[in-house]
Amino acid sequence: MDNNLYKYVLRLADSSLILSHRLSEYCSKGPFLEEDLAISNVSLDLLGQAESLLIYAAEMNDDAPDADYLAFRRDEREFLNFQLCELENRDYAYIMARQLFIDVFNNLLYPELAKSKDERIAGIAAKSVKEVRYHLKRSSDWMKRLGLGTEESHNRIQEAINDLWVYTGEMFESRDIDKAMAEQGIGIEFSTLHAEWYKQVKDILAAGDLETPPLDSYYASGSWDGIHTENLGFLLTDMQFLPTKYPDATW
Amino acid sequence: MVETDKIWTKDEIWGVLENIPDPEIPVISIVELGIARDVNLIDNKTVEVIITPTYSGCPAMDAIETDIKAELTRLGFTEVTVKLVYSPAWTTDWMSEEGKRKMREYGISTPEKTCGGVAPPLEDAIVICPQCKSKNTRLISQFGSTSCKALYQCNDCKEPFDHFKCL
Repeated sequence: MDNNLYKYVLRLADSSLILSHRLSEYCSKGPFLEEDLAISNVSLDLLGQAESLLIYAAEMNDDAPDADYLAFRRDEREFLNFQLCELENRDYAYIMARQLFIDVFNNLLYPELAKSKDERIAGIAAKSVKEVRYHLKRSSDWMKRLGLGTEESHNRIQEAINDLWVYTGEMFESRDIDKAMAEQGIGIEFSTLHAEWYKQVKDILAAGDLETPPLDSYYASGSWDGIHTENLGFLLTDMQFLPTKYPDATW
Repeated sequence: MVETDKIWTKDEIWGVLENIPDPEIPVISIVELGIARDVNLIDNKTVEVIITPTYSGCPAMDAIETDIKAELTRLGFTEVTVKLVYSPAWTTDWMSEEGKRKMREYGISTPEKTCGGVAPPLEDAIVICPQCKSKNTRLISQFGSTSCKALYQCNDCKEPFDHFKCL
């Protein structure tokens, strides 16, 4: 097994899977019906992307019989998702700010991965790039809606941006793993996306009359090594409940 | 009816697939939608069908796989495999003109432009009301009843409708 490739795929798969689960928690709780459908659909897209990647990861790992095993039988320390994806849904401003940060990242990442020499990654990325475009359109619109809305909505989205900012640096943290993938033409070195990501986020937030914290900030770290915030354990307890409690359950 | 001695041709298998409806949009078939990509007829008992999802997380894929297996098993095939491929990625360009026409009659507006696999900027989308054919429509939500559709409303006849997003 190419351990670098395996971890690279898992990092992307886990980030989509965990964010998908977080968004799914909001299904039926959206502020209005159309938005409820939208958030559930974004969750579903992310789940589909995660599944494609997890199927690939499971094929690489002899100890993992299938994608479900990787999703439901791993423990917290084995998950490589960005901490940003696991943070709780504090309010709608937090949900949308988190989504914007990820959407801009995905819209930079997947066009690059679509050029991958690894056919599987290129195929999944080419599919995903079309979907995440629609996600970004929505989260960008929400920045204007909340930022230019009422004083209350403006303050709350700004507070969410400021509070979540510390978690955004992780998406651009490079290790030997992504450097090796970039050298082999399989993946992209994450740190190379940071400057463009910042520029795009800043433009989108400016359109909503919102401030972007400085690029040169202190950022949280750890998920490359499986270190997470306290939120992930609770999320997994919920997400993995059925398969761990009833291991032989089938449809 | 099982015709065990009949020798099936690839065209006949396509004919069967053309009668399998999409679970979400039952007026059009999985062939018209461009989901069924290829048929590998190995022998008179063994067949493989290649399908591709419209969206990565399309929840209809399992239902489609089950339908294909059921229909081909009825013909006497004992080994039916349905293979899911992601590449090349599905595009709305693969929907047949006949399929698009049926979809519009069903009340879902279809993409006007071909994307050539690369979707045009979202703002450029021309969305025509499937009821009154007006181009004077507005977006209500990027995501409609399924991920592949957006919700629009016609400014002229006021009817809300689903639009199949250009992908």
